[in-house]
Amino acid sequence: MTDATASAEPLADLPATAPTGSKNRRASSNPWARAWRILKRDRPTLLAAAMLAIIVLSSLCAPLYASYVSGTDPFRSSLSARIMVDGKRVKVMQASTEGLGLGVSPIGPTWGPQYLLGADTQGRDVAARLLYGGRNSLLIAATSTAICLCLAAIVGISAGFFGGWVDKVLSRILDILWAFPVYLLAISLSIVFISQGIVIGPIEIRADSLLLPIFIIGIIYVPYVARPVRGRVLALKESEFVLAARGLGIPAWRILLHDILPNVSTMLIVFVPLMMGLNIIIESSLSFLSIGVQAPDASWGTIIQDGQTLLYSRPAVALAPGIAIVLTVLSLNVLGDSLRDALDPRTKLV
Amino acid sequence: MVFAILQRLGQMLFVMFGISALVFLIFFATPGSDPAARIAGRNAAQETVEAVRKEFGFDQPLPIQYGVMMKRLFITQDLASFVNRGLRVVPAVMDAAPVTLSLVAGAAVLWVIGGIFVGVLAALTRDTLIDRGLMVLALIGVSMPVYWLGEVMNLISQSRFHDTIFFSWVPALGYKPLTEDPVGWFKTLVIPWFTLAALYIGIYGRVLRANLVEAYQEDFIRTARAKGLSPARVMLRHALRTSLIPFVTMFGLDFGVLVGGSALLTEVVFGLNGVGRLTYQALLNLDLPMILGTVMYASFFVVIANALVDLVYVVIDPRVRGA
Repeated sequence: MTDATASAEPLADLPATAPTGSKNRRASSNPWARAWRILKRDRPTLLAAAMLAIIVLSSLCAPLYASYVSGTDPFRSSLSARIMVDGKRVKVMQASTEGLGLGVSPIGPTWGPQYLLGADTQGRDVAARLLYGGRNSLLIAATSTAICLCLAAIVGISAGFFGGWVDKVLSRILDILWAFPVYLLAISLSIVFISQGIVIGPIEIRADSLLLPIFIIGIIYVPYVARPVRGRVLALKESEFVLAARGLGIPAWRILLHDILPNVSTMLIVFVPLMMGLNIIIESSLSFLSIGVQAPDASWGTIIQDGQTLLYSRPAVALAPGIAIVLTVLSLNVLGDSLRDALDPRTKLV
Repeated sequence: MVFAILQRLGQMLFVMFGISALVFLIFFATPGSDPAARIAGRNAAQETVEAVRKEFGFDQPLPIQYGVMMKRLFITQDLASFVNRGLRVVPAVMDAAPVTLSLVAGAAVLWVIGGIFVGVLAALTRDTLIDRGLMVLALIGVSMPVYWLGEVMNLISQSRFHDTIFFSWVPALGYKPLTEDPVGWFKTLVIPWFTLAALYIGIYGRVLRANLVEAYQEDFIRTARAKGLSPARVMLRHALRTSLIPFVTMFGLDFGVLVGGSALLTEVVFGLNGVGRLTYQALLNLDLPMILGTVMYASFFVVIANALVDLVYVVIDPRVRGA
């Protein structure tokens, strides 16, 4: 119906609406506009996008939650604090009721504003830490995805486009990294750098800096993205429009910018949500092994690790961040799938 | 043919050399790292550090250190741990290998059966509720961090529901050797198997479904259906056969990587002393000989798996046979 009215109107006043007419035609042939039209009608995509938006927004509101709702500093241990629950003053670290009744165990979920999800072994508010952890997890995942895709695009495009010895050298290096299991590479790099930090000339990156996990996670998946990029560039180089452009004597850099890059960019865009999902999982795994985000900073992985000793008595500490990870990665994967179907159905990761 | 095999072998050796050099460089040549100071411990006296440097051969040039270490790892096989000097690297890896192999092999059986089941069922019931439900489940499987799933499984089977009839058979965490206690071996590994397999059932089910859907649009499937073959035969003998080719490639690589030690998160969560856990502990202690040993072991499996996949590819895919 809307199409019919849109096409009927230009006929009434042809000269005045000529620009709109040409704009419409461009919109329908532009792959981005087409993808957008498909995506905004797809219900799972919208659901995933909404979920992701909620998670990102609530993580961004972490400081507000900590100061106005929970009212505790989620980075300082408060072992002697007391809070009001149901009109009674209760200790955050309560006498243990399990085993011999010795020692203390942190308060469980109160389902109230303070200690919504309970406290961890240091008496810190898990709900507030969850939001702060989400900030770090999402920040690391997003920035390392950007680094990974940029590096992979540079490596893949130069290997595919220039060929010859450039391709040979880069492909051999990628072969080696490819045979190095991702987790072992990530763990090796993390352990070395997190034990000492990096000092390169005047630049010093401290061992507890978030930059370390960002760079490490940004590097490890480069071979996995560079390989399909290289393959795509090789195929594009043989395609008729590139051959035609070369036949016309157009310089290589212009072919690279105008013909190769736009075709590779849809592929890279499709990779963004999928890589972010992978990066969230690997960051949380490194943090779980205590070689990712360093204390007192939090990430979803470090909170799961904090909850490991409390697993049987206060399971909420380890369960909540895990559920956050699953929801985030799930919505990223749904987005990635529909983005691929809409933009570039041939793209495959790995 | 002989030349091709030799070339392939040369490539494998090159990759393994590259990996060993990379690991060596990561741990010895990163700016600001001094292995002697690390082994001597925090606040060690300068003399102690010097003594350690001499004893472990860190005063020699890097290529010589690398050569000596490789010789002791592969030829004399007497390379010992830096941290626990009585511990030999090669036997330690060999002791851990059966644990990892038990874990990964059992999980692999589960994920191949599960992946094929999910993929075929979803493709057969395409665009119905069953298909959607299976794909959502598969996507959840892909989105779960394996160590967290392991903790949830532990919580359910070891604590919350341990006293119920469903999980009262679950033994305490740990590993029991197959040769000594086959029943105990099976019982301790059932939950780790499912935990490790969940991710791969999700991945393989999704990939197989996509391939089957694609295959059903090809001419040979139309021909098979036009001949009047039963739907089951069309699926199993025609569509599934071609769709399993990428499945085999993925399986080879994943299996190789996991046997090589990438199942370490599962091993850590379930207290299984496999190669992954050995690697992780060696990494935490910065125990370079052990790290080199386990990483070489891992890369060996990855490289072998790559070569096998290429070989199997030629056998099962008639399209690449001519090339």
